Amino acid sequence: MKKLGKKLYIGLIFLFLYLPILTLVIMSFNNSERTTGIWRGFTLRWFREVFNSQQIMEAAANTLLIALASAVIATAVGVVAAVGILALSRRQRILILQMTNIPMVNAEIVTAISLMLAFAMFGISLGLGTVLFSHICFCLPYVILNVLPKLRQTGSVAYEAARDLGAGSVKAFFSVVLPDIMPGVTTGFLMSFTMSVDDFVITFFTRGAGVNTLSTLIYSQQKIGIRSSLCALSTLIFMLVLIILLVRLFLSGRSANNKQIKGGIGG
Amino acid sequence: MANILELVNISKSFDNELILDELNLEIRENTFMTLLGPSGCGKTTTLRIIGGFTRQDSGQVLFQGKDITELPPNKRQFNTVFQKYALFPHMNVGENIAYGLKISGKSKSYIDSKIEYALKLVNMDGYRNRAVSALSGGQQQRIAIARAIVNEPKVLLLDEPLGALDLKLRQELQYELIRLKNELGITFIYVTHDQEEALTMSDTVVVMNQGYIQQMGSPENIYNEPENAFVATFIGDSNIIDSLMLRDRLVQICGTAFPCVDEGFGINRPVDVVIRPEDVILDEPGRGQLDGVVTHLVFQGVHYEMEVMAGGFEWLVQSTQIQPVGKEVSLRVDPENIQIMSKPASEDEEAMVIDA
Ligand SMILES: Nc1ncnc2c1ncn2[C@@H]1O[C@H](COP(=O)(O)OP(=O)(O)OP(=O)(O)O)[C@@H](O)[C@H]1O
Ligand SMILES: [Mg+2]
Repeated sequence: MKKLGKKLYIGLIFLFLYLPILTLVIMSFNNSERTTGIWRGFTLRWFREVFNSQQIMEAAANTLLIALASAVIATAVGVVAAVGILALSRRQRILILQMTNIPMVNAEIVTAISLMLAFAMFGISLGLGTVLFSHICFCLPYVILNVLPKLRQTGSVAYEAARDLGAGSVKAFFSVVLPDIMPGVTTGFLMSFTMSVDDFVITFFTRGAGVNTLSTLIYSQQKIGIRSSLCALSTLIFMLVLIILLVRLFLSGRSANNKQIKGGIGG
Repeated sequence: MANILELVNISKSFDNELILDELNLEIRENTFMTLLGPSGCGKTTTLRIIGGFTRQDSGQVLFQGKDITELPPNKRQFNTVFQKYALFPHMNVGENIAYGLKISGKSKSYIDSKIEYALKLVNMDGYRNRAVSALSGGQQQRIAIARAIVNEPKVLLLDEPLGALDLKLRQELQYELIRLKNELGITFIYVTHDQEEALTMSDTVVVMNQGYIQQMGSPENIYNEPENAFVATFIGDSNIIDSLMLRDRLVQICGTAFPCVDEGFGINRPVDVVIRPEDVILDEPGRGQLDGVVTHLVFQGVHYEMEVMAGGFEWLVQSTQIQPVGKEVSLRVDPENIQIMSKPASEDEEAMVIDA
């Protein structure tokens, strides 16, 4: 009885979590112009429509471009920042870490509006560039947060050993430190990428007229009414995020496995 | 022999706490020098200043007479064996050893032969393609040593390289290090807080405490003639007794006059006397110089260690002859085994000597 209750409870939670997405996926294959909830047969029409719409393709290109660029830049800047933070004294380090964490806990809408205001104040016209800059801003703390523990674990020992053996500081970092903190760096990169793809609020306030990413495009379209092609598009985005999630899972699983093997033999 | 390295008036503080205070040290070419001292006395800091990893606040590091203070670690002709091995985990054994050689642009065949040579030197033949994580602690430390010496440094710095190993392995590697030092003919600067290790391995021992050098000399010199109470207590067990130098070659210990061999301390001057526990000879009551009673007895493998209450002082005695607790005995010490040390002149000086 107790066991059955447990299963029911978990089943209910999963239902709540995945029913909406399942609905979305089913609707994107439904042969009906509007999302009425009545099944009128299977079709791939909406996916074709998605790939044929220049508007959607443009937004998709923007989304990917911004996600890729902001993830790359945020990762590079974040790794450098983490190295710097580690070199600080304890008190300075805590102070800086708290400061970089504030944007993470800050309400997104506040971050969005303050960014928009700042761009306006400095006379920067809104466009792809401002969106990119904003995305780098909110991704940065996540990169630092992912890299710092790895970096602390690696410590300065390997770096100093490389310097001792004749490597300059740059060479020592790339040949010895970076390979060691790579898991943290990839996690930071993938997290930045997904968050950038996901983002709506900040993009919406910093994008300027005419520039659309997928999320802002869907938002502006749903005012007219949810077309089935939007379902298909959302399904595709969901798939993309799912794939990234699986990659992340696979990577972390592999590094955990590695550790186990090493520990088993070494210890 | 010339000095290969010289530390001149080196001072260093961390967070406003003075760790090294005007340290001066001269290191001869081709010696095995050990920095010995309790935890936190500044040994690692000294070594890191030599290696270029920590910058001193003032003073100079001279290498073959030239100031190298401004040189970064990669430009100094020293290599370091770190306490925690510090091997590169994503490289195999061979790649670890080759790291320094690749950076200095050596040819592939040269690197190959060097790797083989170094592996042979540290008794790790055939481990070239092993993953670093698949090695035991002792093996990792051997590889760390091999990685350092293939670069043919002028000076090898070792920071408690055997600290994490068990006793047997430690002794084995101690002998290997001595052999290496003799084969390579380079200067070793070795840091340890293990006095036995220091005495076994070194040509010169530098005893440090709280950033000051307490005494520097050969192992025999440090052991037999400690210059002050700190060195005497730190190097092995000893009896350190408040005494009175009556005149040349006569000292009053626990109210009894003992002949000794030291001169020049003046007349009726308070001194510290050091007597090693193995130098105290026990005899039947009345047959020695000072009578007492055995209060403690411990068997320590090679010998018995006893405590004898005599003349108001608890004497530590080591002997292969057992004397049961409660037995009345008499103590005797040969004159040449009594080591006289002057008392520190001022309280300040005492603090810098005694505080541990
Ligand atoms: N980077 C640092 N920042 C602050 N304090 C430090 C730093 N490095 C060393 N110290 C302090 O300097 C003192 C001497 O340290 P050091 O590492 O030289 O000691 P040690 O003689 O090597 O001791 P051990 O035998 O424990 O290794 C210690 O009190 C330590 O806390
Ligand atoms: Mg140390």
